[in-house]
Amino acid sequence: MKQCKDLKIVAVEHPNEGYVLLKLTDNNPLPEIFAGQFVEIKVENSPQTFLRRPISVNFVDKARNELWLLIQVVGEGTRHLANLQVGDTLNVLFPLGNGFSQGVVGERVLLVGGGVGIAPLLEYAKQLKQVGATPYLLLGGRSAHNLLQLDLFRQYGEVYVTTEDGSMGEKGFVTNHSILANDQLFQRISCCGPKPMMVAVAKWAKGHQVRCEVSLENLMACGLGACLCCVEKTVKGNVCVCKEGPVFDINELTWQI
Amino acid sequence: MADIRTTIAGLQMVNPVMTASGTFGYGLEFADLVDLSQIGGIIMKGTTLHPREGNDYPRMAETASGMLNCVGLQNKGVDYFCEHIYPQVKDIPTNMIVNVSGNSPEDYAECAARINELDIIPAIELNISCPNVKQGGMAFGVTTEGASQVVKAVRKAYDKTLIVKLSPNVTSIADIARSVEDAGADAVSLINTLMGMAIDIEKRKPRLSINTGGLSGPAVKPVAVRCVWQVAKAVKIPVVGLGGIMTAEDAIEFFMAGASAIEIGTGNFIDPAISVKVAQGISDWLDRHHCESIHNIVGII
Repeated sequence: MKQCKDLKIVAVEHPNEGYVLLKLTDNNPLPEIFAGQFVEIKVENSPQTFLRRPISVNFVDKARNELWLLIQVVGEGTRHLANLQVGDTLNVLFPLGNGFSQGVVGERVLLVGGGVGIAPLLEYAKQLKQVGATPYLLLGGRSAHNLLQLDLFRQYGEVYVTTEDGSMGEKGFVTNHSILANDQLFQRISCCGPKPMMVAVAKWAKGHQVRCEVSLENLMACGLGACLCCVEKTVKGNVCVCKEGPVFDINELTWQI
Repeated sequence: MADIRTTIAGLQMVNPVMTASGTFGYGLEFADLVDLSQIGGIIMKGTTLHPREGNDYPRMAETASGMLNCVGLQNKGVDYFCEHIYPQVKDIPTNMIVNVSGNSPEDYAECAARINELDIIPAIELNISCPNVKQGGMAFGVTTEGASQVVKAVRKAYDKTLIVKLSPNVTSIADIARSVEDAGADAVSLINTLMGMAIDIEKRKPRLSINTGGLSGPAVKPVAVRCVWQVAKAVKIPVVGLGGIMTAEDAIEFFMAGASAIEIGTGNFIDPAISVKVAQGISDWLDRHHCESIHNIVGII
């Protein structure tokens, strides 16, 4: 069931100057959240920020009843979020959308993330491991600076890294990584990152006949499937990314791949 | 306690707050988040005779205190509505109103005739003011002749409450309002969005796929209040006011300008429960000012 309520900020971490990690809690137990779902945040006291900001769920710490949001600071709204303090509240509409496919026992899944698109993959890696699947993580960034939470990712699966400047892992894009030489290693791919990266991954997956799903981040307003602003062209026509997605199997999309 | 029950052209409402078409889906999308029975009326997504895919993405751009959209009336058509959506919404305990749009007077009339057969739909809102479709939509709403033609055609096909939604993108909205009143409208609602544009200066391209779109949100509120004031002076039928309402105080402005009910649109995106909060706030305001009902303030300006 969707909720819209004030959550309390219990931790504000700044992994580096470009990102903020907000940890939120509530007096009541948080609702069940599937990896890949997102929240819409109301940014208070920021006149330039009128609409809510959609942010993917980075991690749910059930023991501490915490919801984590890893946010890249890109504009006025996110800059405002980066300045929040412990004890402040944040009005959150959640959980929204459909998440990634639920894993099954023994399934080997490659999770490919780029930039801040790695955020939802942490919760997904955890949920996959919990059901007995094996997640592999292939994470790419412009430089080491953009690759966060690697120690946390390593708790759930093997981590492979590419950077465009070669400052960490293999130099290049995720689709250049040597792990992809062995396409028998995994049975499907889940991907979240900038669109050019997701298109490249989708192309690779299609070429190698590996099932692949991608998480889209079209501009949206309501987050509930009401305004019809965030539509993506699919084989079923225009559908709302916020409601039918944000995760789509690449065969549902009309990308030129 | 002030009595905020409201009747508009035969429509009985628990309060004068409705949700605007295109901002509240079919109500179902918000059922987890707000008590729908506490909303005066829900004006559902724009419906056309034939299915429409709408415009290409991107369809939205955030602007100062508002947003532009160019959705373009995406909907699955009136047959789909009657067969698949009506059964899901018919038990929602409030006025479920269909917003009707079309490409020709005949389209509008046929679509309205289909809705006329649905028992629990007490009213339609005729959209002659959508700025985002090439044919129809606003084309009818910007001339007195076009507006009158569509309303007359629909009036013949539809015998329940007929609300006509007006465009602010005209020289004299009062003239248009008079023409739809003469053509048989039971009420008017205004304003639809203001045509606008935004440009991504880095990409050197418009932010919207079809270049222009409709501006909504608090940015348009002063224009909306002015339009309501002008129209309320020009017609005898009830006026439903909308445009950037975010608070009860905003709603009170519209009442004073001459609206007997209001709609909340873009505000639903910021707070899904805003309609019920505004309704409560109207009641509180009336109590604080020793008013028995909104009749004490409607049209006092």
